Amino acid sequence: MADIFGLLVILVITWLIGSRIEKNHYKKIKEREIRLIKKPIITYGAKRFKTNKPIKSVELVTGEVVISGDYFKKFAADIKNFFGGRLTSYESVMDRGRREAILRMREKAGNANIIVNTKIESLMVNNIYHPQSVPQCAIIAYGTAITYDK
Amino acid sequence: MIVTNIESVPGMRIKAQCGMVSGSTVRAKNVFKDIGAGFKNVIGGELKAYTELLKEARDEAINRMIEQAKKLKANGVINVRLATSSVSSGAAEVYAYGTAVELEKIEG
Repeated sequence: MADIFGLLVILVITWLIGSRIEKNHYKKIKEREIRLIKKPIITYGAKRFKTNKPIKSVELVTGEVVISGDYFKKFAADIKNFFGGRLTSYESVMDRGRREAILRMREKAGNANIIVNTKIESLMVNNIYHPQSVPQCAIIAYGTAITYDK
Repeated sequence: MIVTNIESVPGMRIKAQCGMVSGSTVRAKNVFKDIGAGFKNVIGGELKAYTELLKEARDEAINRMIEQAKKLKANGVINVRLATSSVSSGAAEVYAYGTAVELEKIEG
């Protein structure tokens, strides 16, 4: 009985704190995305780049983030996993991570005009074979930032 | 040293190719940071200590690649890729590889 009670308390606490962190994070991501809407254009997967404009600088820019789900998300996903279908509680974690990594890369590019060939690389840092481990995902976004000479 | 992940360097011409260069690193944080991340893991959100770790690892991998390119007397690395793999929980490997080239500016 005490076990079930303890589990319920953990679930309620992680749900309250976790959903609040997620909400705030999404709010911040949206604000930053709107602020950067006219800033460097990014292309994904265009390896050739040609321009007639004079080039000032070319450099590799990266943005990285390690994001983690919470205990409530894991619990919900475990139940959903039994029936199959979309694990929506994890989808939002991965979505947040990727958007955050891309935003950091764009912020690092500063005054660059274009970021070419953006790639997103990710790996799970937790022990995926351990049944109790909550997913943690490390994401690196990288691309070539090109600044034109005015 | 110019590093790009596209097939050329805009505004420059490739004079000679020097071969493949790569750099890799495996890094881990100390136990206290691991424990802190473990607590953060329960409530979710970004794990700042691990993000730092990833940044350091990426910097070091790219720097090692550049060191190798300098030995080959190249002044640029093109088509760079970053690959990652998890060695154990709490440690990350970052592997950077690309083609070292000699570049010259296009005149006019």
